[in-house]
This record gives sequence, structure tokens and C-alpha cells, in this order.
Amino acid sequence: MTSALLYDRLQFAFTATFHYLFPQLTMGLALLLFYLRSRAIVTDDEQYQQVSDFWTSIFALNFGFGVVTGIPLEFQFGTNWARFSTFAGGVIGQTLAMEGVFAFFLESSFLGILLFRKRFSRRVQWFAALMLFVGSWLSGYFILATNAWMQHPVAYHVGDDGRVFVNSLAGLLTNPWLFWQFAHTMTAAVVTASCVIAAVGAYYLLSGQHLSHAKTFLQTGVVAGAIASALMIFPTGHGNAEQVFEHQPVKGAAFEGLFTTERGAGLYLVGQPNLETMTIDNPIEIPKALSFLVYKDLYAKVKGLDAFPRDEWPDNLPLLYYAYHVMAGLGTIFAAIFGLALLSLWRDRLFNMNWLLWLLMLSAPFPYIATSAGWMTAELGRQPWLVYGLLRTAHGTSPLVHSGNALFTLIGFLGLYLLLGLLFVFLLGKTIQRGPGSIDSHATSTA
Amino acid sequence: METLWFIVVTLMLAIFIVLDGFDFGVGMVYPFVVRTEAERRTVLASIGPLWNANEVWLIAAGAVLFFAYPKAYAAGFSGFYLALILVLWLLIFRGLALELRSHVDHVLWKQAWDTAFTTASLLLAFVFGAALGNLIRGVPLNRDGYFFVPFWTDFQPGPEPGILDWFTVLLGLTTVSILAFHGANYLAMKTEGGLYQRAVSTAWVMGWVSAGCTVLTVTAVPFVQPSLRLNFAGHPMEYLVPLSGLFALGSSLYLRQHQRDTAAFLTSSVFILLMLTSVMFGMYPYILVSTTDPALSLTVFNAATDSYGLTTGFAWFGVGFLLVVAYQSYVYSLFWGKTRSDDAH
Ligand code: HDD
Ligand code: HEM
Ligand code: HEM
Repeated sequence: MTSALLYDRLQFAFTATFHYLFPQLTMGLALLLFYLRSRAIVTDDEQYQQVSDFWTSIFALNFGFGVVTGIPLEFQFGTNWARFSTFAGGVIGQTLAMEGVFAFFLESSFLGILLFRKRFSRRVQWFAALMLFVGSWLSGYFILATNAWMQHPVAYHVGDDGRVFVNSLAGLLTNPWLFWQFAHTMTAAVVTASCVIAAVGAYYLLSGQHLSHAKTFLQTGVVAGAIASALMIFPTGHGNAEQVFEHQPVKGAAFEGLFTTERGAGLYLVGQPNLETMTIDNPIEIPKALSFLVYKDLYAKVKGLDAFPRDEWPDNLPLLYYAYHVMAGLGTIFAAIFGLALLSLWRDRLFNMNWLLWLLMLSAPFPYIATSAGWMTAELGRQPWLVYGLLRTAHGTSPLVHSGNALFTLIGFLGLYLLLGLLFVFLLGKTIQRGPGSIDSHATSTA
Repeated sequence: METLWFIVVTLMLAIFIVLDGFDFGVGMVYPFVVRTEAERRTVLASIGPLWNANEVWLIAAGAVLFFAYPKAYAAGFSGFYLALILVLWLLIFRGLALELRSHVDHVLWKQAWDTAFTTASLLLAFVFGAALGNLIRGVPLNRDGYFFVPFWTDFQPGPEPGILDWFTVLLGLTTVSILAFHGANYLAMKTEGGLYQRAVSTAWVMGWVSAGCTVLTVTAVPFVQPSLRLNFAGHPMEYLVPLSGLFALGSSLYLRQHQRDTAAFLTSSVFILLMLTSVMFGMYPYILVSTTDPALSLTVFNAATDSYGLTTGFAWFGVGFLLVVAYQSYVYSLFWGKTRSDDAH
């Protein structure tokens, strides 16, 4: 790998992963905020109004960081991946431009209203929350349509000069790959938001502050979290895995750690891939489970890595394998924690179970880890292809941006985003410390 | 169809410069017009709910360029690599400054973000001007349709130019002055009292500076890019556009003097719109002119995507554009009029 290619890849991977930390909360929170604001209107309850205002201010903070980190991504297709842009612009230009025109304007226009909401009635605020929800989910939809096409190209033809062009816009927007990907990703966003809301509620309750608000947080977070984390595994996670095995069997074999083709293949829960011996060290395995999960047949044949030529293997097998296992492992843990919490909530015990509240409080960072790991699974597993089966990653870079320039900007992004991360955590902590109920009075005293 | 999309991209960029332009302008004149913390807050609140949506015009214009002319997007964005990444970093700082300043009540925190806001706005205005200069002057496109320009070489707009040469620097400075004028006009429209007085006098000064710079630039263009003159000579009617642009600048100054705030702001918007469109008209059909060999230039025809894409795009773009105009007007109307001093978030 030339070093420019390495820096380009690292830069895209880093900036995309960092960006995604913010939208995943935005999208989940947008849904829950819309719910909270609807409750506030229907019940005319001051409590729900305050809860909504509190989460709106966190939403706004988070959104601001999402916006500033999103712009670099949109431009990097051109700056670092010029040959890819020339090659695929005829297809993905469509979805990217649609995202700009339909989603970004909607979100950014209506965020202004929520930020300066004191001027407006509750109904206008409610309407703005609805628009933000629609806008952010549309954003997710269009960007995932772009990504789905790179994973599973459809509705295109190759032109005389070797570039690709879209054949059918409808086909592009209803890419079969997109269905499970969108469902899985949006559900993950709801898991993130639920974990964050429940964690803040648990924190207030455990430290004896804002008790009535804390209970609302916990109720909302636990119910939404339980539903969403169940859906993460089945049907959405399962659906994603099935389509990977159908269309990208190398990726599937790689993230499951299946080196050799087997009938009745098992599922590794734990183990370390060993590239020297092409086996898994220290395996804990459920026999025949993989064959069953993928083909609903205990003795079905599952292709292992040995069925594919070496130059089609993803280039970072161990990382891919761990990323997948981290995601799936955490998914199981979330479902367990939220299931328990829901049960306790239903039995009216949750608010007194300190150990469970502690677990919920500490759970907040983990959806971020699971999602980053999930994206690594999808994107590392796509290698060596940039557009699956059509364009190799090595052939997608900008020919004249040499490694010195790419390294310079990579280092710049690393430094800048470190600063951004620190600022975000600091300001988030401050907002949480201030607590609900005080948001409005505070807002008037500063600017 | 290729030409239609050229008009669309031009229009979107022009809207971006007019709308986000006043945000940059406000950022640049900010330290000169405020005296108290309350005034600072009023100035920031005057653009607070709007700047983000204004910035989206840039993102959307970039995305539409990508969609309609993938080759031009790829060549341009990778060729101006360093300048573009710089723009991204500056946009990050500008956005953070506007969003984060209010979160902590401490003088140093506020001063730091005030400085970031002004510096980023100033540099952004300059870089956008210089970028326009680069488009007019041309870039060293090679046979594969790519180029790379460093920040500077010998500051001459020759065959191996840098991003900065005397011509592009001139355009950068012109843009800075024009947007400062525009931003001050905006503030005059949105504020009252002492703030208003200072905004008016700043606008007055910057108006004359930008008039001077504009004349210099217009004189310099034919030396740097003769084909622009040829294009205009071929279609004398097109002279009308830059001429009416200059007329708009004149009337903006006149209205400024007579305290017709809204009208002055609207005419400075028209001025920017017309100057930008006249440059683009002059360039047509070129998007990126090659300084190595004119035959290697990227035009709206050889850089475009295929006709199915362009045609289908038009259907959704029409709908989307109307929607955007509708609710952006709605949001602007909600915040119309003088910014109230208790407006804050
Ligand atoms: C809260 C986060 C989260 C959790 C708990 C899970 N996932 Fe996931 N997963 C994602 C968040 C995520 C993601 C970040 O949203 C990805 C990346 C790309 C995508 O479509 O969704 C993803 C991708 C992804 C892929 C790769 C799709 C591709 O290559 O395009 C598979 C096979 C799974 N997931 C399967 C699962 C299974 C079987 C899970 C349950 C045990 C699971 N995920 C839990
Ligand atoms: C926000 C969630 C996303 C994350 C966290 C993410 C993560 C990554 C990672 C880790 C890589 C590096 C892979 C490698 O170099 O081995 C990568 C590459 C890339 N991704 Fe994504 N990705 C995301 C979404 C997207 C989307 C939606 C698109 C398309 C619109 C996309 C386009 C690309 C491109 C063009 C590359 C560079 C080429 C390559 O290395 O394959 N990514 N991304
Ligand atoms: C790697 C490709 C990606 C690109 C090029 C990209 C581009 C952008 C841009 C330009 C913005 C700023 C919009 C504004 O100014 O309002 C943004 C924000 C946003 N993006 Fe991304 N994005 C990418 C990945 C993703 C993914 C994978 C998702 C979700 C599935 C997503 C969801 C959002 C959302 C919801 C926002 C609104 C701001 C926020 O929520 O924090 N983006 N993105």
C-alpha cells in the first residue's frame, strides 16, 4: 500500500467515525424528542416541557458538532478520492445532492427555531421538532443509500469511458441492501439515545438530584431502549448478516473467523484469529450455529476464506473479526440490561435497584463503541473494494495529492478533533450538571 | 441540460455568497461595532438562527456540482486540496464559535470564541475570493484531467501558478471588503442605538473601499484571462450584467447615505449576485480553464454526467428547491425585523 493511500484511508476512516458519533445521537434523540414534545402538548404537563427543553439543549449541542464534522466528509470525496468521484459521481452524486437539498436544509432551518424557541409557542416548537426528526432521518436515509450502493451496486450502467452512471433513480433509492442497513442503523441510533437518556436519569437518581425528572428520563429511556435493543438483534442484525453472506460471502467468512469451508459451521463467541495457522485460538464455539443462522439448516455448507482468492480478502482480518464480535457481543449485553430494566420498571422496582441504575449509568459510552465497531465491520469488510466488485480502493485516490499533503491534513484532523472531543465532553458535562428545569432561566442570563 | 445545471450551480453559489456572506461580513466588522456584552449578544443573535442554513447552500452547491459535473468536482477539489481543507477547518471554527460562546460564562471563553469568529470569517471571505480568482485565471490541468496547485509559487499568474498570486490576492481582498460592507449593511438593518450608528459608519467606509477594489479587479481581469473579454466581446449584451452590478453598488451607497437600511442591504445583495453571475457568464462554457493547454480545459459538456442523470435530477431538484425556498422564507420571516436584545439561546 502506498503511504498516500494509507493516509487517505486513515483520514476518511477517522473523520467518518468521529462524525458518526454525533448523528447517531441526533437521529435517536430526534425521535424521542418528538415524542416528548408531543406528550408535553397533549398532557399540557410542565414536567414534560422541562424534560423536552433539557434534551433540546443537549440535542442542539450535539447537532452543532455533527454539522461541523459532517462538512469535511462531504468534501473529502473530492479532495482525497478524486478518481472514485470521477468514476462513481454519476451515481452517488444523485443521492448526495438529494441529501443536501432535501435533508440538510430542513434540519438546519428548523434548528434555528428550536434554539431561539422562547419567541415561539409550544405548537411551533412541536412542529420544529417534527421537522428535525424528518430531516435527520432523511439525512440518514440518503447517506445510507450512498453507502448501500458502494456495498452493493445496483441500477447503474458502465459508460464508454469506463465511468458508471445511474440507470434508475428509483432503483438506486430502493436498493435491497438499503432496507436492512437503514433499519439496523436507525434502530442503533435509538439505542444510543435511549442509553444516554436512561444514563442521565440513573445518574440524577443515584446522586439524589432532580428526582422527578430523572424518573421520566428512565421511563422513556428504558422502554425505548428495550424495544430498540431487541430489534437490533432480530430482525435487523440478523437480516444484515444474511445479506452479507448472500452478496459478500468473503466479508461474512472474515468477520466470523471462518477460515475453511465447512458443512455445519459453528459460531465463535470468543477466540483470536491466528493468521499463521489460519485457525481461531482459544475458541468457544456453538456448534452448527452459523450454518443454521445463515441458511436455517444445521448442516448447510458455509464458504470459508479458503474458497476465495487471497487478493479478495479484506486486508485487516483481525480488526474486522474483533469489530464484529464487539458489536454483536455488546448487542447481546444491551438486550439483557434493558430487558431486566424493563421488567423492573414494570414491577415498580427499578428506582430502588442501585446496582441496575449503576449499570444503566455506565452503559452510555457503549452504544458508541458498538456502532463504531459496526461501521468498521461494514467498511473494513468491504475491502479491497471501494465500490464492491467494481472499483478497488487503491484505484480511487486523488492521483496528485501526495503523501506529504495527506499526512499533514490527517495530523491536522487528529489534533482538531481531539480538541472538539474535549470541548464536547466538557460542555455536555456542564449541561448535565446544570440539570433540567434551569435551562430557560440560564439561557436568558447568558447569551 | 448541461447549461441548465451550470446556471443552477452558479445560482446556488451566488445565494451562498449573498446569504452566508453577510454572516462572514458580520464576523469581520464585529469587533469594530460592539462596545458592551449586551451588544455582542445582539449581534450574534442577529445571525444565530440563520447562519447554519446559509452554510448549507455551500454544502448543497458542492453536492450538486458533484452530481452534475463529477469530473470538475473531482479535479477541482483534489487540485485545491490544501485550500479546501483549510476552508473546512475554518468552517469548523466559525461554527463552533457561534454555537459554543454562550455555553460558559467566563470572559476568556467569550474572548477566545469572539476572536475565532472574526478570524475565521475574515479568512473564509478571503479564501472564497481567492478561489474565484483561481477559477478566472485557470489551473494547470493535465492530460488525465487532474491538477494540483500549492499555496503559492512565485505569486505570478503564469503557467505554473499557486493558489495565491497577485491577482487572486486582489480578488480575496475585494471579496473581504465587499462582504464587510454587506455584513455591516445587514447589521444596520437588524440593530438600533449606538450599535446601529457604528454599523452605518462601518458600512459607509467599507462601501467605498469595495467600490475601489472592484474597479481595480475589473481592470485586472482582462490581463489575466483574455478569454473572458473575448466572451463578453462576442455577446455585448452580457456587459449589461456587470454594469448593472456596478449600478447596484452605486445605489447601495446612495441608499446607505439616506439611511434606507433594508434597501441598502438588498441592493448590496443584488450587487454580489450580479458580479458573481457575470463572472460565471463570462467563463461559460468553461468550469476549469487549463493554463497548460486550453484543449485540456473542463467544460460543462465534457465534465457532465450523462443525460439520464441530468434529466432525472432536474425533476427532484425542482421540487426540492421550491421547498427550500418556501421554508427558508418562512424561517427568515419569523426572525424578520430588528433583533430583540432578549433574543438568545
Ligand atoms: C448500537 C449499535 C449496534 C448493535 C448493538 C449491533 N449493531 Fe450491527 N451494526 C451497527 C450497529 C449495531 C451499525 C453501526 O449501525 C452498522 C454499520 C453499518 C450498518 O449498516 O450498521 C452495523 C452493521 C452490521 C453488520 C454489517 C453490515 C454490512 O456489512 O454492511 C452486521 C452483519 C451486523 N451489524 C449484525 C449485527 C448483529 C447480529 C447484532 C446483534 C447481536 C448487531 N449487529 C448489533
Ligand atoms: C458514519 C459512518 C461511517 C463510518 C464510521 C465509516 C467508516 C469507515 C472506515 C473505518 C473506513 C476505512 C476502511 C479502510 O480503509 O479499510 C471507511 C472508508 C470509506 N468509507 Fe466509510 N464509514 C461510514 C459511512 C460511510 C458512508 C455513508 C459512505 C458513503 C457515502 C462511506 C464512504 C467511504 C469511503 C469513500 C471510504 C474510503 C475508501 C475505503 O477505504 O474503502 N462511508 N469508512
Ligand atoms: C461518510 C459519509 C457522510 C457524509 C459525507 C456526511 C455529510 C454530512 C454533512 C455535510 C453534514 C452537515 C449538514 C448541515 O450542515 O446541516 C452532516 C450532518 C449529519 N449527518 Fe452526516 N455524513 C456522513 C455520514 C453520515 C451517516 C452514516 C449518517 C447517518 C446514518 C449521517 C447523518 C447525519 C445527520 C443526522 C446530520 C445532522 C447533524 C447531526 O445529526 O449531528 N451522516 N453529514
